[in-house]
Amino acid sequence: MTSDLNFFFEVLFGGLLSGIMYSLVALGFVLIYKASGVFNFAQGSMVLFAALTFVGILEMGVPFWPALLLCLLVMMLLAVGIERIVLRPLVNQPPIALFMATIGLSYLLEGLGQGIWGTQVRALDLGIEDLPNEMIQEALGIQVSTFDLFSAGCAAVLVGGLALFFNKTRVGLALRAVADDHQAALAVGIPLQHVWAIVWAAAGLVALVAGLLWGSRLGVQFSLSLVALKALPVLILGGFTSVAGAIVGGLIIGASEKLAEVYISTFTGGAVAAIENWFPYMLALLFLLVRPQGLFGEKIIERV
Amino acid sequence: MLYRESGQFKTSYRADQAIFPIRQDRIALMVLLAVVFILVPFVADEYWLGSILTPLLVLSLAAIGLNILTGYAGQLSLGTAGFMAVGAFAAYNLNLRVPELPLIVDFLLAGVFAALVGMVFGLPSLRIKGFYLAVATLAAQFFIEWVFTHVGWFTNYSSSGVISAPPMVIMGVTVDSAVEKYLLTLVMVAVLALAAKNMVRSRIGRSWMAVRDKDVSAEVIGIPLLATKLSAFGISSFYCGVAGALWTYCYLGTVEPAAFDLSRSFQVLFMIIIGGVGSILGSFLGAGFIVLLPILLNNIAAMIGHGTLQADTMANLEHIIFGGLIIFFLIVEPHGLARLWQIAKEKLRLWPFPY
Amino acid sequence: MSVSEKQIGDVILRCDNISLSFGGVRALTNISIDVREHEILAIIGPNGAGKSSMLNVINGVYHPQEGSVTYQGQTRRAMKPHETARHGIARTFQNIALFKGMSVLDNIMTGRYTKMKRNFLWQALYVGPNLKEEIEHREVCERVIDFLQIENIRKTPVGRLPYGLQKRVELGRALAAEPQLLLLDEPMAGMNVEEKEDMCRFILDVNDEFGTTIVLIEHDMGVVMDISDRVAVLDYGKKIADGSPAEVRANQDVIDAYLGVAH
Repeated sequence: MTSDLNFFFEVLFGGLLSGIMYSLVALGFVLIYKASGVFNFAQGSMVLFAALTFVGILEMGVPFWPALLLCLLVMMLLAVGIERIVLRPLVNQPPIALFMATIGLSYLLEGLGQGIWGTQVRALDLGIEDLPNEMIQEALGIQVSTFDLFSAGCAAVLVGGLALFFNKTRVGLALRAVADDHQAALAVGIPLQHVWAIVWAAAGLVALVAGLLWGSRLGVQFSLSLVALKALPVLILGGFTSVAGAIVGGLIIGASEKLAEVYISTFTGGAVAAIENWFPYMLALLFLLVRPQGLFGEKIIERV
Repeated sequence: MLYRESGQFKTSYRADQAIFPIRQDRIALMVLLAVVFILVPFVADEYWLGSILTPLLVLSLAAIGLNILTGYAGQLSLGTAGFMAVGAFAAYNLNLRVPELPLIVDFLLAGVFAALVGMVFGLPSLRIKGFYLAVATLAAQFFIEWVFTHVGWFTNYSSSGVISAPPMVIMGVTVDSAVEKYLLTLVMVAVLALAAKNMVRSRIGRSWMAVRDKDVSAEVIGIPLLATKLSAFGISSFYCGVAGALWTYCYLGTVEPAAFDLSRSFQVLFMIIIGGVGSILGSFLGAGFIVLLPILLNNIAAMIGHGTLQADTMANLEHIIFGGLIIFFLIVEPHGLARLWQIAKEKLRLWPFPY
Repeated sequence: MSVSEKQIGDVILRCDNISLSFGGVRALTNISIDVREHEILAIIGPNGAGKSSMLNVINGVYHPQEGSVTYQGQTRRAMKPHETARHGIARTFQNIALFKGMSVLDNIMTGRYTKMKRNFLWQALYVGPNLKEEIEHREVCERVIDFLQIENIRKTPVGRLPYGLQKRVELGRALAAEPQLLLLDEPMAGMNVEEKEDMCRFILDVNDEFGTTIVLIEHDMGVVMDISDRVAVLDYGKKIADGSPAEVRANQDVIDAYLGVAH
């Protein structure tokens, strides 16, 4: 293989794998959107909050696994609290009101998390190296980080579990009913409150995983909550209602973002650089004009 | 007993169409205008004028802009600060490159540029709605921020990216003291607020609200959707653009992209949620609330003996309080402070003999 | 009743061989309907027969795959709803589609949208020509309000009104546009007898006083047979009958469609 091509594949794989990290965050959005029709802007803050809590608990001297369990418990309590305090009073409000409420929630969580655990940057070590995997390097001759592979594995396990949960369990069925119509779901006797609490807890779990992975890469700090902003174009591309869309969208965004970053700045001699903030958005936007419901989203037909 | 409209009979549609049909309201407005135009410049010190009242007014203007788009036309935008940035940089570049133009014209043209950019980013609104559109406006926010940070022409190739705003000269008078800047801002804001109020009670305002409430029947009654949404994006961005120019010239004194980041967009969004979605008065109330609350918090902290709070504690506290308030208002009073004010007035009309 | 004496004019709207489908579902198959000036035409049929789809084709909300609509001498397959509104077609909806955040008066004023001309700069100033225009159109709206007897609620937000009044306001919004052709989609659905009588009277008065041509969809056969000049019957997306109320009542296909038939 020529070195040019090698380089291309390295960038591509790097992009795809970091795309999986985006997918992890996007997954949290999809979960809540599917189950409650709420576009949860606070997902990013939940990632931050989870990571902060985990590091905070570790620093208190609790070993890794109990800390993880404890942190999961905190996220579940948080989910129940959010359902009780924010969502329940807003049943049947227009979706845009719920969306704005989650913006408020995201501010609240950021302030709370940093208020409790402090604002300084903390390192988080999961014991997996962020170095090129030697086996792959020998076999294929390209550099792929072990850490990226590990997070891809985590994502696969999560997605598999969630897909089973959604499609094969009674709770999953209830979730889909609630997503379709709050009132109709209540009318057939689905306990809306429980369903919401469960799904927010699941989103909390996803946030925890994403928080640990992202936190160990970037350090646990405020900018973790901005990761959510990366997940939004992924959602648009993949569609708000599709778990598969979140994964595929993440891969596309991750890969094209890295490729564009590397190649566009090379072509323009560095004049057009640091475009990763808006490039995914533009990509998603262009895509939206062709297919407003996203790759795997359901087409909305309005009746008159 | 004082606030009563009995005896004030409207005998023409003209009287019924007035902004303030009740006489007491008109008197109150006159008093308020007299206070802000005459009394405040005399009694307020430099800190109040320059660091509180001027930014409050400018942010009110931005909030009016966002309210036109989100509150009246129902198109949620998270790109407010981006459109403000367009106005700020347009005003700076016009002043720099076409020095013949009077500064006021620069400001208005800055608004026009922002309007054009806003309409371009409003184009997707025909096909996408709700959250999708909100995310699309985020694209505008990030793209605009990037352009002003990375394209040197806009900052006149300044190395730091932070430029001092040139001195303001309006009709031969140099506007440089806090009082003068305050008065300039006040005049602009007052005129534009009146224009906004007039628009929302005219044909164009009704067409915005119609699109917001039920787009299918709006179209069936003859309202073209794209043109109406674009007019909302355009006029809203005009307001944001002028606000951006004023923010730069009258408040900050520097031109820099960092002043118009995403958190500024959220700040303005919070203003309209707390102040009142779909209310011009609410834009002012919300801006006042959000600007004054942190100052109040600091003063309370000082009073109970903690001294002034540390910056990051303060920031966290603000986050918690604002986040909590947003949720509170959405649950308890989705129409914000403006509705509370309206309820108070309705109660007052019957007070003290409600039966 | 004055129906028998009134002058029914020429055909003003002709639908030729309209076919419409959504994905694989055929909503309308090869339907041709004429509407004559000043008449009241009722479209009836069982649920899902394609009645609302037919109205949606006429005012441009749906665009048929085949066939054409000729209105005011112009033939077209697809026209945007706001363009048909400009050409004098107004309508009401099966499920009330009022502007919930606005007052009754403002809702009716939006009906004047296509008739108002001042640009937004005048509107920002409000004084002068814009004020004159607003007042002129307010007067038209007040006449509509007067006609529908809803003076006492003109400043009320429509969301607070009971169902029957909302239906009336929706009719008012359509009337404010001074349409040549008025489409009413189940104007009496969900109303009690008294409200139905009121609504019937308004419809007949509109037809009588303003000469407005009306196409309406209604399920109440008593009402349909009483007020319409002509009745068209749809079943499974096909037109099975078209004629005077008496003819349609006697038509065997119609009886079969409504009562069912042994196959």
